[in-house]
Amino acid sequence: MIPMNMVTPPPELAAITALQSKLVEALRPILPEYALLWEPEDTIPYECDGLAAYRRMPLAVALPETEAQVSQILKVCFAMQIPVVPRGAGTGLSGGAMPISQGLVLSLAKLKKIIKIDPFTRTAVVQPGVRNLAISEAVAHLGLYYAPDPSSQIACSIGGNVNENSGGVHCLKYGLTLHNVLRVRGILMNGEIVEFGSHAPDSPGLDLLAVVIGSEGMLAVVTEVTVKLVAKPKLARVIMASFDNIEKGGDAVAAIIAAGIIPAGLEMMDKATTRAVEEFVHAGYDLEAEVILLCESDGTPEEVEEEIERMTRVLENAGASGIRISQDESERLKFWSGRKNAFPAAGRLAADYYCMDGTIPRRHIATLLRRIQAMEKKYGLACLNVFHAGDGNMHPLILFNGADQEEWHRAEDFGTEILEACVELDGTITGEHGVGIEKINTMCVQFGEGERESFWGVKSAFDPERLMNPNKAIPTLSRCAEYGRMRISGGKLPHPELERF
Amino acid sequence: MSYGKVDSNPQIDQFREQILAAAQTQTPLSIQGGGTKAWYGNVNTFTKLDTRAYSGILEYQPEELVITACAGTPLKDITAALAEKNQILPFEPPHFGEGATFGGAIAAGLAGPGRITAGNLRDFVLGARIMDGKGQALSFGGKVMKNVAGYDISRLLPGSLGTLALLLEASVKVLPKPAATATLRCSLPQARALTLLNEWAGQPIPLSASCWIGSTSSDQVGELTIRLAGAVAAVKSAIPLINSVINTTELDPNVATAFWTDLREQQLSVFTNLQDDETLYRLALPAACGPLTLSNGQDDIALEWHGQQRWFKAPSDDTTFTAIKNLANIHGGHASRFRQGSHVDPSKQRFTLLSEQTHSAALEAVQARLRAAFDPAGVFATHRLP
Ligand SMILES: Cc1cc2nc3c(=O)[nH]c(=O)nc-3n(C[C@H](O)[C@H](O)[C@H](O)COP(=O)(O)OP(=O)(O)OC[C@H]3O[C@@H](n4cnc5c(N)ncnc54)[C@H](O)[C@@H]3O)c2cc1C
Ligand SMILES: Cc1cc2nc3c(=O)[nH]c(=O)nc-3n(C[C@H](O)[C@H](O)[C@H](O)COP(=O)(O)OP(=O)(O)OC[C@H]3O[C@@H](n4cnc5c(N)ncnc54)[C@H](O)[C@@H]3O)c2cc1C
Repeated sequence: MIPMNMVTPPPELAAITALQSKLVEALRPILPEYALLWEPEDTIPYECDGLAAYRRMPLAVALPETEAQVSQILKVCFAMQIPVVPRGAGTGLSGGAMPISQGLVLSLAKLKKIIKIDPFTRTAVVQPGVRNLAISEAVAHLGLYYAPDPSSQIACSIGGNVNENSGGVHCLKYGLTLHNVLRVRGILMNGEIVEFGSHAPDSPGLDLLAVVIGSEGMLAVVTEVTVKLVAKPKLARVIMASFDNIEKGGDAVAAIIAAGIIPAGLEMMDKATTRAVEEFVHAGYDLEAEVILLCESDGTPEEVEEEIERMTRVLENAGASGIRISQDESERLKFWSGRKNAFPAAGRLAADYYCMDGTIPRRHIATLLRRIQAMEKKYGLACLNVFHAGDGNMHPLILFNGADQEEWHRAEDFGTEILEACVELDGTITGEHGVGIEKINTMCVQFGEGERESFWGVKSAFDPERLMNPNKAIPTLSRCAEYGRMRISGGKLPHPELERF
Repeated sequence: MSYGKVDSNPQIDQFREQILAAAQTQTPLSIQGGGTKAWYGNVNTFTKLDTRAYSGILEYQPEELVITACAGTPLKDITAALAEKNQILPFEPPHFGEGATFGGAIAAGLAGPGRITAGNLRDFVLGARIMDGKGQALSFGGKVMKNVAGYDISRLLPGSLGTLALLLEASVKVLPKPAATATLRCSLPQARALTLLNEWAGQPIPLSASCWIGSTSSDQVGELTIRLAGAVAAVKSAIPLINSVINTTELDPNVATAFWTDLREQQLSVFTNLQDDETLYRLALPAACGPLTLSNGQDDIALEWHGQQRWFKAPSDDTTFTAIKNLANIHGGHASRFRQGSHVDPSKQRFTLLSEQTHSAALEAVQARLRAAFDPAGVFATHRLP
């Protein structure tokens, strides 16, 4: 997707090799031979996550199969002061699982047992390497499922979901990972096993579970998760509504919510996207519409009927130029197919695309889309917009040609300007992909020095030596100062009124 | 990040001065809103930091489902503003008196009957502006539903009881008021009630609250009240479904509202008339937990949240509390002395300690470091929460 132009040159090769031998020797007694990798040809698959622009070779990769092994590995690394990067399925889009050149990658992929399914309490206890979709598949026969559904759900792990607080199309109604996880068992950097939250509705002390969720692998290695399961709705139907201008579409989103309806999914696509995907999926999208809204209702047949009727009325009043309602399951899936295939469709339009992830209040959707249109002209690059309109989580896809260095830098600047606009509109620089290494500079835009200092305080409370996935997500003071200077000297600081450092 | 904030607000400056002075003299401040629950948590007699002057709704756009207000805002102003737009705080915080504040409700972190389906108070917090022990005003989270930038510090405030930082402003998610509600009642034994509630919760039934009240001996028949809330069609179709399993009577809407309010505000007899040497204990338990033998088997107990929150009165002494804590721990939950009678030694620990919970002891050090990071001089170290 994104070119390999960010390869970090390795430090002193000899010193690294010596450290590597020491680490491998120390880990050998803990793991079977096949579960410890250090030869470059074995570790190269781990050099990046889903954000392939940022790559680095680790010292070694450990693939433990038990919680006890995880704890022992951490104890060894703690004693040797070697940083550890936890890794799930590696689908992260912000470089959170990118290796550290003098560190160990700790893959949790082999911890993939579903330990317990309890239909009576509607919970499942699973190991971190279990894939998101595998949970729903394992409980489908009970009429239950796990609600948070990131688009990567076929591949991503529940451990990764916990650490990114992942969400998907359904989170408007059913919440994020945070709202669907009861308890996390984890291991601190010193090897101590702890539990955050519990199977009870609350736990003694400060709510540390709330902080561990979304902590991007920086506070504790997750070794077990208890998730909530919810009853599978009996029926789902979707309305596809077209609008002949962006403002009407944006207002329709607000109008649905203002009418007291929380749809099961509320997604938007702009014209550039529908045109790109229609060629791909032939879903019968309205190619003249400026934007298309997909509004889903789920529940009992009576509920769905009532809600579809109410949503149709709201959409008509909001000035929809066309409305189609799915008549059966195959049509519903057809309407969704374009939304689900927007990324591959974008991949056909250009050599590369850069997926952004900012959130804004719903009422600013049209404003941001208009601004992005202006930025397309400014940077000379096209941008597709397909996103979770219901919660204002935007995913602009900037198209570019990665073989051209200059074009990649333009795409990067374009992306940064979008995120800065999100902050200015009272939103945030990441709705679901996390900060990782990718958005560490824009953290300087959203947060001031005091906030960043508090983040470091949280980090140190869990990991005083700062060995667990260090230097991700939370920028240092000097990094922000440098970033600020860079943006200013480029002569294009977009919002000088924002506090930076 | 903007919070409709003005950094040099005189009220905020005054908080800062008070905090900095307390830091200098190393004397803790006890943050207080309406003081409607000064009795909750470990007691302290430190100087008060009164939040009530910092009051007002800063932003409320119904179509965003978010309200942002100052900590000192009366809770009733918030619920009234929401009611005007047909919206609610789904976790149903009790008010307990006119004076209850928004900040106090968040810092208490408790929730009413709706918690079991709607989620707890923490789930609804989107962002907060706080003042740490160094007098810095800091913003975390935001006003949007999805935000994963940085650690989720705003969600550490719920339940922190004023021991971490001063809450200045918060944004919480709100929801539309359900289109329809109905309350059903029947008599049945505790074990059967717990089984049915969990079974129903796994089905597409719009169950929004439940309460079983009866005697602590598990085979006795008690009274189960359940609330359905949701789309008109959903509520309508659920009633015959439930009645096909167990015969219930539907309560008159006014009677029903009064019941749920009294439960939320703890005005039912199971909560009131606390003897001087008695404590109202609260147990938080996993859903799988069946009836427990509690107290002497004669008094009433109340089970809320499909049995996950249980209330009963018992003697206040440490032996009793220890036994209750152990029982809760064995079943994967925890216990607290929620409210104590007037003759109980006020210095008694009210909560389960992390070190008393399986797999939590190591978190005590984490929690202590966390507190030290936000509050190095111990301005908020009132020990109201251990
Ligand atoms: C095509 C595509 C679509 C996507 N769509 C969505 C979407 O709709 N919504 C969404 O939220 N995300 C989405 N993502 C992003 C990504 O899939 C999620 O962030 C996912 O949760 C990552 O899970 P993972 O197992 O791949 O984690 P990884 O990428 O391996 O790791 C992610 C982070 O979690 C940490 N981590 C992983 N496992 C553990 C553990 N056991 N203990 C401690 N730390 C751990 C890592 O250190 C890293 O910081 C998408 C990604 C792709 C490629
Ligand atoms: C008998 C009883 C039962 C209750 N049961 C429930 C229940 O079931 N569910 C529920 O949701 N609520 C419950 N409450 C709580 C009550 O409704 C709310 O907590 C109330 O709104 C508290 O507001 P207050 O301003 O009076 O808080 P106060 O009594 O002034 O303070 C409560 C706590 O919050 C801290 N605090 C207050 N303001 C701030 C601030 N700005 N920043 C940081 N810390 C602060 C205080 O230090 C104190 O520890 C109950 C209260 C009572 C009296």
